[in-house]
Amino acid sequence: MKNNSINFKRQVTIKLADVKLQSALSRLQSRFVEGRAAVISEISDFEETRTAAAAIRDRVLNDLEHWLMHFEQQATARGAIVHWAETGADVNRIVAEIAVQHGVRTAAKSKSMVSEECGLNDALELAGVTVMETDLGEYILQLAHEAPSHIVAPVVHKNKEEISDLFAEKHQLPRKTGIAELCREAREILRPAFLNADMGISGANFLVAETGSALIVTNEGNGRLVTTLPRVHVAITGIEKVVPTLEDVTTLLRLLPRSATGQSITNYVSVLTGNKNKDDHDGPEHFHIILLDNGRSSLVGSEMQEMLRCIRCGACMNHCPVYQNIGGHAYGWVYPGPMGSILTPLLGGLEKSPDLPNASTLCGACAVVCPVKIPLPDLLRKLREKQMERGMKSRRETFMLKAWAWLALHPPVYALATKFGVRAMSLLGGKNKLLHTLPGASGWTDGRDFPAPEGLTFREIYQRRNRQ
Amino acid sequence: MRVGFFVTCLVDSMRPRIGFAAIRLLEAAGCEVIVPEQQTCCGQPGYNSGDRKSAKAMALKFLAEFEAFDYVVLPSGSCAGMIRVHYPDLCKDDPALLARCIAVGARTFELTDFLANIAKLKKMPGTFQGALTYHDSCSGLRELDVYKQPRALLASMPGVAINEMVESTTCCGFGGTFSVKYGELSTRMADNKCQHIAATHAGTIVGGDLGCLLNIEGRLRRNGDSTTRVMHIAEVLAGTEK
Repeated sequence: MKNNSINFKRQVTIKLADVKLQSALSRLQSRFVEGRAAVISEISDFEETRTAAAAIRDRVLNDLEHWLMHFEQQATARGAIVHWAETGADVNRIVAEIAVQHGVRTAAKSKSMVSEECGLNDALELAGVTVMETDLGEYILQLAHEAPSHIVAPVVHKNKEEISDLFAEKHQLPRKTGIAELCREAREILRPAFLNADMGISGANFLVAETGSALIVTNEGNGRLVTTLPRVHVAITGIEKVVPTLEDVTTLLRLLPRSATGQSITNYVSVLTGNKNKDDHDGPEHFHIILLDNGRSSLVGSEMQEMLRCIRCGACMNHCPVYQNIGGHAYGWVYPGPMGSILTPLLGGLEKSPDLPNASTLCGACAVVCPVKIPLPDLLRKLREKQMERGMKSRRETFMLKAWAWLALHPPVYALATKFGVRAMSLLGGKNKLLHTLPGASGWTDGRDFPAPEGLTFREIYQRRNRQ
Repeated sequence: MRVGFFVTCLVDSMRPRIGFAAIRLLEAAGCEVIVPEQQTCCGQPGYNSGDRKSAKAMALKFLAEFEAFDYVVLPSGSCAGMIRVHYPDLCKDDPALLARCIAVGARTFELTDFLANIAKLKKMPGTFQGALTYHDSCSGLRELDVYKQPRALLASMPGVAINEMVESTTCCGFGGTFSVKYGELSTRMADNKCQHIAATHAGTIVGGDLGCLLNIEGRLRRNGDSTTRVMHIAEVLAGTEK
């Protein structure tokens, strides 16, 4: 997927004015924030579980090569074929080659954000393979030619009426309005796609090293159909998703659905191990697992490694006051919200996403809810430090920061500067004690007045009183 | 106990009365309050903008000025959080310095946290009649666990009724330089906060961080609300000066 995060600021303006989007986003709070809060209370040792989950992820990341090799060995021993992809283009090439090898004409796909990184659907279409998204949200987006705006609820930016219109137009059927009717219509169209597909494409929430399994958590059942019905199954995921044991996965699974959708458990948890043996009743004849790097390995051992703990639950964006007001598309690439504001610059280049690390108040709501305790605000700040070190900040900002620091380190000058500064601002505030414009700070005064200072600084008054 | 009072740069220049209110509260709690005269800024603006070097210089300045006190108190959760949580990060490469940061950090408190948990102030010097609503500023809440302390202090005042707003713990959109760099976004977040405040019909919005209060007040006034009072919690607890 093309990285459009350079246009973040322009997108913010558009998204804040988008009435439909704003109404759709207003539902995030009740659906995800309150849903999560209600369901985490089921776990009496929730904080300890978070700590344990973070430790499991760190154990893997501190020895990633070992666990990946172990995974490959176990997966291969059970009949899967493991492929290593350095870039998204490599993933696309590998999937296209598998398609040619097995004479694949059509593919049914369950949700995979990693495939969005690669732009897989477009690449497969070019290679002559018809791809059908089967996750309801992703199917809607495929019809609308739009990208997901959330990693768990990809179509959260659309309301029901838009989907009714879209289905009526694309399916050429009478317009339905009820959710059940709309789902039934989608199901009737998707069912033959599952049955006719030569290839099933899925992601993987976790890779289990001890069994060589790919594990997916889904709610609609499409994931299970896609991974078992077609004769070829291709699972695509990032190299960081490996977990040592099934026991470790159970710890992570206590947190993932609760953090993501406010569910104690998802409707389906599928552990996909090896290809179909002669005694098996179902399963794919060929099972390929493609592991994408795309910059991830460069984070191992760096000060940004904690980002690789991420299990893609989306809680950080659900709780982010910035995401809640602009939605996911404004971020310009696959991953939105706080995790995206870190991953996009790390995987796609800091110079292409200058705003993302800065467009946060560092309020910390994301870090509090992250199930694997990623210190997201600290990582955002580290990216800001990199921008500073590499001279990527504007000259104006750098000057302001240096000037402020110099003043703060020279108290007598500081006292003088603030003394005259606050007097001037106080006078400008007039009798309402409000400044309607402030030179150099239109970002503030375009939408807010600036309350005027009292007129004397604390230190002036304090010194005066002490003298008396 | 000898308390070093860190006024904070924002209170120093914008609202001195908050600083004096805080001192009255500390004195009411039996503290000897000292205000080091060379103090300026805790370094947070630079730190959060990626300017680690100057932030560290300010951390060293702070250590030199405040290390000697029994306690350090600030009328701001974000500046107290800077000292307690982030100074150790700035000094992590120097073990001796790190130890000093951690030691002074452990004695550094946000005002209401100090009054409620350390000084255990029972009777507030001020009086307040009516309903108010409390906004939880992010750093105090999430870095220092300041949530119950201001509410307990306010509840101890006979005339006060606390009307809780929805999402009191959601960021108001201030975020330091964020409020200027991403003005539109910041304004929208402030607007959401203003709506939640209005829905309480409290008439007074109280908080513990001046940055957030200026942001909220700025949006209220621009929206034409000239009556909702915006007060720092120190002003409420200490009352107005005679």
